Amino acid sequence: MPHIEYAGVKVELQAGESVLDALLRSNFPISHSCKAGVCQSCLLHAPGQAIPEKAQDGLKDTLKAQGYFLACACHPGGDLVVSPPAADLQVAAKISCLQLLSENVLRVRLTSTGPFAYRSGQFVTLVREDGLSRSYSLASLPQENHLELHVRRVSGGAMSGWLHDGATADMTVWLRGPAGQCFYVPGAPEQPLLLAGTGTGLAPLYGIARDAILQGHTGAIWLFHGALDDAGLYLVDELRALSDRNANFQYVPTVLRSGGPGEAEVGALDGAILSRFPKLSGWKGYVCGDPAIVNSLRKKFFLAGMASRQIYADPFLPSAA
Amino acid sequence: MHNMTFDQKQSLYEQLGGSPAVDAAVDIFYRKVLVDDRISSFFDGLDMDTQIAKQKGFLTMAFGGPNAYTGKSMRDGHAHLVRRGLNDSHVDAVLELLAASLRELGVTEPLIAQVAAIAESTRNDVLGR
Repeated sequence: MPHIEYAGVKVELQAGESVLDALLRSNFPISHSCKAGVCQSCLLHAPGQAIPEKAQDGLKDTLKAQGYFLACACHPGGDLVVSPPAADLQVAAKISCLQLLSENVLRVRLTSTGPFAYRSGQFVTLVREDGLSRSYSLASLPQENHLELHVRRVSGGAMSGWLHDGATADMTVWLRGPAGQCFYVPGAPEQPLLLAGTGTGLAPLYGIARDAILQGHTGAIWLFHGALDDAGLYLVDELRALSDRNANFQYVPTVLRSGGPGEAEVGALDGAILSRFPKLSGWKGYVCGDPAIVNSLRKKFFLAGMASRQIYADPFLPSAA
Repeated sequence: MHNMTFDQKQSLYEQLGGSPAVDAAVDIFYRKVLVDDRISSFFDGLDMDTQIAKQKGFLTMAFGGPNAYTGKSMRDGHAHLVRRGLNDSHVDAVLELLAASLRELGVTEPLIAQVAAIAESTRNDVLGR
């Protein structure tokens, strides 16, 4: 089996093991999260070496060309000498605002110390001083002078627990990325847009909706946000105000359980959407949040006539620890 | 040997419209597959992007276009489905949906017959025989 050399130590891959598995087994503290080749937390560097194509899936071309790859998706055919990402791949950022938006969703605003180009709806890898890293979607607009993430408190979550309970303004963190294809693309200003998500899937959708409006989108923009109950909804006032200011933007909050005379529609998210729009041919869709719901929604949108290439899905994979 | 008629004749893939035709057909075909009770269970729980990519590969092959399909890849790719009970009736259903998709796109019957023949030629490999 191939050997992986890291920090001067050689580790032999066991059958079926990824580079990440092998290095973790050898007690190297490689930062990682989804273990599914998506979140890019486990980015490693092996310049000038033969990296399997699959291990570079979803990386920016510039990163591919420099020999970066995802350790969790890397099953190399030969030996590799690998190292952590270079320091210049990360931008330092200061926490500028921590604000609870609901019982368990925290707004985290960051000010980067250098240029950080991105599109609203893409995701970044947030890296703590000790190397702990997790991915979060960007709810802010590139024109705003801060980056905004929505962080749900995950039970036992290392990063979310720290952000909710330990982090304070002015602390320094690092950002890698951005990555992801879930963002507004100008060029079809009249096309109706359907944005749907649950939980903090709202973060990218909030960014995408505002980006589309700012870029002069004239077609209808419908944003459906689903939650278990009223306590799971957030940014309700902001989204209603956005709708009041923009005739083509509609916001529909839905909850599965009604806790009283809330303003949200009671029922399933897909029902709220498909009862209004049973035929979705010609629409573009953005679906973000819980993976099971994302996959179910995108299949339903597809079966309702939305073209497969018009569906942008961003399933939030949990940290595999 | 130089054969004028051969040179001038468009390939099946070209007559069908090449890769844009595959793009046009894939959604129609895959939608039919997903809602067909005879075969939809074989596609449950699979990632849609992966599935669409695979269906594109299949259509490109059936359209006579450039493809990487081999008898071995067909066998290996379907072995887990054969273990779950994939049989001739399911292949029949897929071929039927393929023809229906092409009809929906206005493809002529002689061309549909050629596509069906190529798809049919993979039957034994798909079923691991």
